[in-house]
Amino acid sequence: MTIQIRNTIRFILNHRLVELADVSPVQTLLDFLRIDRNLKGTKEGCAEGDCGACTVLVGRLLDGQLKYESVNACIRFVGSLDGCHIVTVDSLAQPAGPLHPVQQAMVDTHASQCGFCTPGFVMSLYGLWMENPKPSIAEIEKALQGNLCRCTGYAAIIRAAEAISTIGDVGKDPLVAERDRIAGELAVLQDGRRVEIGSETERFILPGSVDDFAAVLEANPKATIVAGSTDVGLWVTKFMRDISPVIHLTHLEELRRITVDADGVTLGAGVSYAEAYPVIVEHFPELTELWDRIGGQQVRNMGTVGGNIANGSPIGDTPPALIALGASITLRKGARRRTVVLEDFFIAYGKQDREPGEFVESVRIPFVSDNARVAVYKVTKRLDEDITAVCGGFNIAFDAGRVTDAVIAFGGMAATPKRAAHVEAVLKGAEWNEEAVERAVAAFDKDFTPLTDWRASAEYRQLVAKNLLRRFYLETQSTGGQLRLDRTIAVAV
Amino acid sequence: MNVMQPIDRIRGGVHENERHESGHKHVSGTAEYIDDIPEPQGTLHGYLGLSQRAHADILSIDFEAVKSSEGVIGVLTAADIPGENDISPAHKHDEPIFVTDKVEFHGQPIFAVVATSREAARRAAAKVKIEYRDLPHVTDVLEAAAANYPLVIDPLKLERGDIDAGFAKAKNILEGEMRIGGQDHFYLEGQISFAIPGEDDEVLVYSSTQHPAETQHMVATVLGVPSNAVTVNVRRMGGGFGGKETQANIFAAVAAVAAKKYRCPVKVRPDRDDDMSATGKRHDFHVDYKLGFDDDGRIEAVDAVFSARCGYSADLSGPVTDRALFHADNCYFYPNVRLRSRPLKTNTVSNTAFRGFGGPQGMVGGERMIEEIAYAVGKDPLEIRKLNFYGGEGRNLTPYHQTVEDNIIGRIIEELEASADYARRREAVIAFNRENHVVKRGIALTPVKFGISFTKTEYNQAGALVHVYTDGSIHLNHGGTEMGQGLYTKVAQVVADEFQVNLDRIKVTATTTGKVPNTSATAASSGSDLNGMAAANAAQQIKARLVKFAAERWNVAEADVAFEPNTVRVGAERLGFNEFIKIAYGARIQLSAAGFYKTPKIHWNRAEGRGRPFFYYAYGASCSEVSVDTLTGEYQVDRTDILHDVGRSLNPALDLGQVEGAFVQGMGWLTTEELWWDAKGRLRTHAPSTYKIPLASDRPRVFNTRLAEWSVNREETIRRSKAVGEPPFMLGISVLEALSMAAASVAEYRIAPRLDAPATPERVLMAIERLRAAARQKG
Repeated sequence: MTIQIRNTIRFILNHRLVELADVSPVQTLLDFLRIDRNLKGTKEGCAEGDCGACTVLVGRLLDGQLKYESVNACIRFVGSLDGCHIVTVDSLAQPAGPLHPVQQAMVDTHASQCGFCTPGFVMSLYGLWMENPKPSIAEIEKALQGNLCRCTGYAAIIRAAEAISTIGDVGKDPLVAERDRIAGELAVLQDGRRVEIGSETERFILPGSVDDFAAVLEANPKATIVAGSTDVGLWVTKFMRDISPVIHLTHLEELRRITVDADGVTLGAGVSYAEAYPVIVEHFPELTELWDRIGGQQVRNMGTVGGNIANGSPIGDTPPALIALGASITLRKGARRRTVVLEDFFIAYGKQDREPGEFVESVRIPFVSDNARVAVYKVTKRLDEDITAVCGGFNIAFDAGRVTDAVIAFGGMAATPKRAAHVEAVLKGAEWNEEAVERAVAAFDKDFTPLTDWRASAEYRQLVAKNLLRRFYLETQSTGGQLRLDRTIAVAV
Repeated sequence: MNVMQPIDRIRGGVHENERHESGHKHVSGTAEYIDDIPEPQGTLHGYLGLSQRAHADILSIDFEAVKSSEGVIGVLTAADIPGENDISPAHKHDEPIFVTDKVEFHGQPIFAVVATSREAARRAAAKVKIEYRDLPHVTDVLEAAAANYPLVIDPLKLERGDIDAGFAKAKNILEGEMRIGGQDHFYLEGQISFAIPGEDDEVLVYSSTQHPAETQHMVATVLGVPSNAVTVNVRRMGGGFGGKETQANIFAAVAAVAAKKYRCPVKVRPDRDDDMSATGKRHDFHVDYKLGFDDDGRIEAVDAVFSARCGYSADLSGPVTDRALFHADNCYFYPNVRLRSRPLKTNTVSNTAFRGFGGPQGMVGGERMIEEIAYAVGKDPLEIRKLNFYGGEGRNLTPYHQTVEDNIIGRIIEELEASADYARRREAVIAFNRENHVVKRGIALTPVKFGISFTKTEYNQAGALVHVYTDGSIHLNHGGTEMGQGLYTKVAQVVADEFQVNLDRIKVTATTTGKVPNTSATAASSGSDLNGMAAANAAQQIKARLVKFAAERWNVAEADVAFEPNTVRVGAERLGFNEFIKIAYGARIQLSAAGFYKTPKIHWNRAEGRGRPFFYYAYGASCSEVSVDTLTGEYQVDRTDILHDVGRSLNPALDLGQVEGAFVQGMGWLTTEELWWDAKGRLRTHAPSTYKIPLASDRPRVFNTRLAEWSVNREETIRRSKAVGEPPFMLGISVLEALSMAAASVAEYRIAPRLDAPATPERVLMAIERLRAAARQKG
């Protein structure tokens, strides 16, 4: 089959179709907006996807449905936006026209002070409001985990978020009212062609299909694979690395499929955290809190589970939980596929079991057995939008008061996400009581010798890892009173 | 027409909940920050090259790869500086723009690259090859003291009473120490300057600076030109918090030097990581204290040394460490006291102003002492606080010999205790802790008293410029800068009130050294106190001319001319303001005035440690309850109640925002915001991925903030209001104290927890472990 090739990327920017032939693979959306298009409303606060000042909405199709999601423009490559609709703060209100309801709510509640973070908050709240016109405070907070404000203390911003629907009717919002038309325009842009832009040192490719991706990668085994760019984005903005040639994959709907069968769930490698959320909540409710604390909303909209695994970080959010659940991944090179148990994929720091030309195609998560209890605990300096200091995943099976099986995996404790083999060994076959747990706790010293860094000291990490097993035990008992922080304590502003 | 009845009220006068003048522009992305200003054709970009060593001799620098990098126009080093290679705001000549032979901290600027784009300049700067010879370095305060590092500036001593007699008399004596971390400003808009060369020696600099007059002076010094050649403009900053009081200067100076050298506009904007590595922060402190107190917990004597990590140069460390001492008493009378500062040099970035300016660190130290006494005598810390409040015969003199004359902390505490239901909730917390073994709770109610005025007396002056145009519209300009605090809005409200015209008749224009000269930094919470008064003065001058004119023209007594809402009443006649102005112009009345203000009553003798450095005090209190997970040290703030004093607020809505925002920023400083240096002296928490300021979900689960509406400034400030910028920052201390109580619960509240700041989950857990072990030992 010969694949057809296009040498431009096409997207809608606010109200206009844009077609570009000359785009660098490291061109960020933020610089494109501010420098190339003179759209100065979107701000740069950190250039690493952590402050949200650059938040814009990106609308993209999945199975013909158009959905708008908040993303960080600072670490999003323009090359990844083929077929998307980009909405920036500049387009919300006409000059001299009335403000958009989100904007009006922010003004009415005195929710801006210095104003620099404000466009990002407006866009995050706009994205939320479109999906959820009357959000709860918890939902508002979750939508704003990726937006930093240094002036207001957030109280006024929460008040604004609550007031939006008293000011405007979401049904009349242009992006809601005209969604079918815009979806139609985007559908036309999806021609199934491979996109190739640039030459040798400045080149990126959008494969036309997953098969084409496999072929392109095999031909370019040193290429940088970019999914959500929440990690690779920083290679460019912070380390100024040359990443050409780049192969983008999140435009491939085939890789965004989620399948649920009798034994488990399979996530395509391009499935974002946000897209995976409903199925995680339904089938692995023990992972809900973890999922709610991955990055901020923008990062969850961009980042993928596949990328979180493929980059091999020892402090990635999902591997400890997925290892505990017994997940495996399918790697593909050309037409050849192989399946690897997830824990075996992580060989050493910076080294994974992935050959040149090979890519992670999907992640398989088996259901939890009926006699097992699962828990995941992520411990961070700041509760939300923070990188793991210690993250523990527990999957322990019981029969008549005895441990029949134990899979315990930790992030932040070693150079890779790693199982606590000695701890597991102590537990297996043991009676489930405090004495056994304390014996197992002692085994942590054989499993891990963590490092000290700015997130936590070695001493703290080791102690917390032990305490997480203690917590797991306490949660199987009915004594001790309150065991976890209660995030649902009545929130008032 | 009944002339004695007021017609109506103006819109947007003082004491109104007026919106921020730029609110509608903030939300639509049209508020212009310096990086948004359209760039003239040919604009170049500068990027700083920073030291990769904490302390080292520079043996050689190879710019070959830098110069041959794409888009590079040139490289600037110390040799390219036409004037002085120094921007020391303390005039100590210890702060070069570019170092030449020795670097003194990791991240210190060595050179700048100028290129056709920022990206090109930044990439080129990374290509430099520098040969260093490492020298021993010190990043920590105590290590600096141990290594006999020098002080960056003369220390201060405050002394009153007889310290030896105080300790001799005291039934209980206790010694301890505390570490208090620093804080990065994390203004959302990073540092930036944009210089446009002019004719002859002139240059126009757009700078994100809180102190345009000093930036102007520094640029002039660096260029070797008189100040009148340099104009500095700033319409708004995307946050300042003290981080742009002196730290903006280097970016302005480099942009100006490059602009003059290459005769092109030049913009300089560092990446966030470089911004956080190369610019100063809040000072970390170590406090060494000795306390004498009686069996009730009444303080007899306090002897404390406040050592600060100042970094490699003086910058503002002198006044910052002074202010720490000025606030080590917080609301408490120390009968016999000696407080000493120790501003230590370290191989770290030179620390600088940050909201509270050393005051918060002093106050945290003071509150630690209260806590020590409370645990020693086995009482609720709030009881010890009340026992030691200023007030009563002979108990109103501060360690710096200023008498506290406006004390309202008693009423603030009493009202907050009631509205927060403190006593009952404290009992409930203790009961909860008896029943729950993993999650523990704590509650604390802490006061704030904060002195208002620059301790450098000459800074307590301000200017404003008011023009009334012939159509009755008014142009207002003053020396204060807008960084989000709403200063432009408040001062415009004052002018609207003076002329009795609607607020929309007044336009505030960008702060510029060309309109109002020799201004002070917008700092020390003084913005509206100083500039509001100066603007009022300008308006009053114009009004006086208008009154005199009207009295003569219509032959009435001056007392019969009055500015009423959007009208001017002359005797029984009433003219529209615009019409009246047109007539006055026709009669050749000057409709423009430069206003001026200087704060009365204040004086300070640093050598003697005596005077009245503060015009007045602002007060407040907060009550916070927290939950702590004693398995991990993680926590959340369950509820905070605040009652804060802003006198008669010029704008309650904006003041409420200042109080809420300051509290959360203060809480962040004391909890999750941690500056962490590695063994090589590199700051490793230099971006939001590693440096964690509070999020929306970190604010208290229940958050009740009120202004003390009954408060009126007893001093003659602008409309009897009080400053609001800094004082509420210290309301965050209640969170630290509540965490401390939760930790103390694991040892039955018998041992002072000595929880240091920032109380990260790790520090909380380690304190809990320490307390558990100590309790086991005590048995």
